[in-house]
Amino acid sequence: MDIGGTLVKLVYFEPVDITAEEEQEEVENLKSIRRYLTSNVAYGKTGVRDVHLELRNLTMCGRTGNLHFIRFPTQAMPRFIQMGRDKNFSSLHTTLCATGGGAYKFENEFRSMADLELLKLDELDCLIRGLLYVDRVSFNGHPEGYYFENPSDTQSCVKKTCTLDNPFPMLLVNIGSGVSILAVYSENDYKRVTGTSLGGGTFLGLCCLLTGCETFEEALEMASKGDSTNVDKLVKDIYGGDYERFGLQGSAVASSFGHMMSKEKRDSISKEDLAKATLVTITNNIGSIARMCAVNEKIERVVFVGNFLRINTVSTKLLAYAMDFWSKGQLRALFLEHEGYFGAVGALLELHKTTEDP
Amino acid sequence: MAEFVRVDSSTSSHTMDKSIILPPDEIFRNLENAKRFAIDIGGSLTKLAYYSTVQHKVAKVRSFDHTSKEATNDNLYEISVQEEVTARLHFIKFENAYIETCLDFIKDHLVNTDTKVIKATGGGAHKFKELIERKLGLKVDKEDEMTCLIKGCNFVLRNIPHEAFVFAKHTESEYRFQTTQPDIFPYLLVNIGSGVSIVKVESEDKFERIGGSSIGGGTFWGLGALLTKTKGFDELLQLASKGQHTSVDMLVKDIYGGSYGSLGLTGDLIASSFGKSATADKEFSKEDMAKSLLHMISNDIGQLACLYAKMHNLSRVYFGGFFIRGHPVTMHTITYSINFFTKGEVQALFLRHEGYLGAIGAFLKGAEEDNPNQYSWGENYAGSSGLMSVSPDMNPMQRARSGTFDMLEMDRLERKLVNLPLLQDASSYIPDTVDLIEDAPAREYWLFCFEEALDGVVKRAVASQPDMPEAAERAEKFRQKYRHKLQTLRHQPFAYGSLTVRSLLDTREHCLNEFNFPDPYCKIKQQENDMALKYYQKAVKALDGLSWEQRQFALVRGVLAGNVFDWGAKAVSDVLESDPEFGFEQAKRQLEERPWLVDSYDQWFERLKGPPHKCALFFVDNSGVDIILGVMPFVRELLSRGTEVVLASNSGPALNDVTNGELQILTESIAAMDPVIQSSLEEDRLILVQSGSSSPCLDLSRLDKVLAMVVRERNIDLVIIEGMGRAIHTNYYAMLSCESLKMAVIKNSWLADRLGGKLFSVVFKYEVPITDHISAALTP
Repeated sequence: MDIGGTLVKLVYFEPVDITAEEEQEEVENLKSIRRYLTSNVAYGKTGVRDVHLELRNLTMCGRTGNLHFIRFPTQAMPRFIQMGRDKNFSSLHTTLCATGGGAYKFENEFRSMADLELLKLDELDCLIRGLLYVDRVSFNGHPEGYYFENPSDTQSCVKKTCTLDNPFPMLLVNIGSGVSILAVYSENDYKRVTGTSLGGGTFLGLCCLLTGCETFEEALEMASKGDSTNVDKLVKDIYGGDYERFGLQGSAVASSFGHMMSKEKRDSISKEDLAKATLVTITNNIGSIARMCAVNEKIERVVFVGNFLRINTVSTKLLAYAMDFWSKGQLRALFLEHEGYFGAVGALLELHKTTEDP
Repeated sequence: MAEFVRVDSSTSSHTMDKSIILPPDEIFRNLENAKRFAIDIGGSLTKLAYYSTVQHKVAKVRSFDHTSKEATNDNLYEISVQEEVTARLHFIKFENAYIETCLDFIKDHLVNTDTKVIKATGGGAHKFKELIERKLGLKVDKEDEMTCLIKGCNFVLRNIPHEAFVFAKHTESEYRFQTTQPDIFPYLLVNIGSGVSIVKVESEDKFERIGGSSIGGGTFWGLGALLTKTKGFDELLQLASKGQHTSVDMLVKDIYGGSYGSLGLTGDLIASSFGKSATADKEFSKEDMAKSLLHMISNDIGQLACLYAKMHNLSRVYFGGFFIRGHPVTMHTITYSINFFTKGEVQALFLRHEGYLGAIGAFLKGAEEDNPNQYSWGENYAGSSGLMSVSPDMNPMQRARSGTFDMLEMDRLERKLVNLPLLQDASSYIPDTVDLIEDAPAREYWLFCFEEALDGVVKRAVASQPDMPEAAERAEKFRQKYRHKLQTLRHQPFAYGSLTVRSLLDTREHCLNEFNFPDPYCKIKQQENDMALKYYQKAVKALDGLSWEQRQFALVRGVLAGNVFDWGAKAVSDVLESDPEFGFEQAKRQLEERPWLVDSYDQWFERLKGPPHKCALFFVDNSGVDIILGVMPFVRELLSRGTEVVLASNSGPALNDVTNGELQILTESIAAMDPVIQSSLEEDRLILVQSGSSSPCLDLSRLDKVLAMVVRERNIDLVIIEGMGRAIHTNYYAMLSCESLKMAVIKNSWLADRLGGKLFSVVFKYEVPITDHISAALTP
């Protein structure tokens, strides 16, 4: 599992080649957990299994099985630990591999409440390992990656799948609650270039404050209906057209939320417009920082991951456009279907590594 | 990007009620001679610029024609006060609400101008175009905002020492002024208006917008207004300064429980701005949200600035725009962000006249035919308001000023000023010995000292113009003005850049000139020069009677004793005033016996036994006994040794310092008595040049271009700096690339105490550049 600032990502490998003999030996407890996880798509009020992401007939450690992807809010961690105690996880004598900040933050609670020892793993190590693994095994026979063709033209912009053949070097932009930007040269050779605190958490946080919404889905739903130009001040709002001296198009955003300096405009603005402006502001800013890092690090391929991009085509298209437009076609933005789960997958792989070589 | 345009009419109407606090003719000065107007109208402030010619009185000296000597007059020279016309730039900043009133005033007072056009820039220029054209009958000519900004920035960086500063909140003095760099390019200007523009400036005419961001001052204001239901930008900053961002932001420790050690991310670092408001189901205070927003935006701008600085390999980054504009809150957060992202490699720099850049640039665009950039300009402390703090917790006196008018005046200097070519490292040279911003006890003392000396200066000023009945009235105005400056500096020591004894002295000179007291000491100087000249031959004869060894010491003592004669030092002016018989011999007795407080006489003496210097540059100090009986015999000995001498004296008057004009006359009359001086003048082995300064102190980075040329041509290998103002208040630590001699008598008991000596302690500092020692040691 990968315990982030906002979401916990859990991957579960379900062997499907269990022999009758094994079935016999298997403790009842484990069976019940497997049944619970694989037969439901929702857990409690907030847990969700992303069925569409399930990787089927995967071979791991010589076993064939399905990889399940489950997420729930970090706020529900205490309840999860409670459940671990109730279901007596500790009796399974298995290691729980955990990464993300929560692996450190909740370590003591796992130990004291559920009698579970966590194997703590570095989140960036896990992220890269998991990402490379999923790309390698492919998404049930289809490529894991995709990009947008003609990102600068809304009419002809289309999503195209691709694999990360020869993936290095790549600039990896992980957008969770905050953002980390890594320059990756090989599976084990990478550095964190920079990060920004303006991430998914900021989008959702501001949206909640501005619109009263409560969930990411709700915020995105509103954003998809809004028009950010009612909120943002564009170059043409200031200069009446393009700012030619500096080659700025009239349609470029000059000041995010700039119109909101005026009381009349504040009083007449819709929640949808505000949600859209927040999304565009955060996304463009990430794009801008990522682009400069790519130039400074001399890397042309920029891979965006993280749960901020989940069901968020506004942002993925905007990022693809920003990379293409501002670099004059030099940079290409790539995205991956399993967006936010690579850290958790990487942690799972670590488990297999430890069981392989004792 | 562009400045915002205030749409919020309620605020403007309320400021409308305020009356103009200063009489307008003290704000829009010299309008009779004004030409070349420029105006920069921002979202809330208007900046007006114009050029004027100022007539002011200067004291001139002229030697009498001694062939037709009048029996009644035995003075060496006559003093006359003449009118001189100089050029001045005026910049005035006021709230947009005053525009109409101000335009009316200008229209009424603008006589005989042939100006047809007013240059305009700023986001609000188009809004007031019609009003300006109607009121003034001038055609409004719009100039590109960014071009004006850069032009203005180059101008202030080049002409105003201590223009740039770094801001350090938690230190004794928040403002740390930077020394002027010999080359101001290249630099990065980050202008934070409603959005952010990042401009790389490579030369006067070459600059490029390399990037920007839409997250800027408008985002803080707009988003802040939505979140907190607070209308004004200043109110938002005030809220932010009281808030706690940690209740709204998700920190690293909120995710990790502590720090993320392997990446070196501390627990207090913001992982996700507003991250807690996404998950925690609670009300957040306005203050906390404003603070979180301020951090978010400042950090983001700082990060972008650093990425661009890195991309273009630039280390000088200036920040401006209404988001910054003197607000300690934003200067602090930007500084913090830059420190964080560059690990201290890049410092965020701010500008003292940041608000004026657009107006200055627009003005310069309109004045290209006068080519203002070919001159050196100096900030006139008398006519400039100085930097004000706009912090929410400012004192009431500042608050009263902030709503009114702010002024900047720049005088065109007669001479182009450059670095002394002999500075070891021009980029790290700091003229002043003590920074009174950082040294609070020293500041207290000197402000007190200058305030106490004010009565005497006023008295002296009146006495210098006996035949002018209104002199007393003008002197009183001078007193008020200078006292007000001192009061301002007590509250805002950073108002005019680094506060130093030099700046206090210069401010006083500017204020005296302002009220037409060009040379309060002219009469005294004249008397003293006349008196001292009578003893010259006797003094020289006495010295010639000494052995070589005795003479060298006597010459040094002579310079030091002469330097005791100084009306600028309170301890001495008291004695001089009460006892006019206080003589040269008595001064020698007052001097401290060796070993002196700083005493490298033995090394100097050893050096004199060696080969003569090629050419010495002597920065002289006072009139009278000092120059005539102290310095001249010393110079005579150098000349006799075969050393050429360049005497550098002030271009304009300051206290009783000898001016270049006076020194010309004095030298001629000494030459008439002394064949050594006579022949040296004829052979061009003794020359007189002006320093370009009118200050009792000396800034070796702003010297007359001609002087610098002479220094290069003559291969100067010895620099002598004399007097407390030039060798102790300034240049005490100046490192030169040739031998140097600093000589002064400490005539201030507080300073003596500071330096571990007593009144009339002697500083005799002979220095040889270290590099010479090394190369000498390495030479077999």
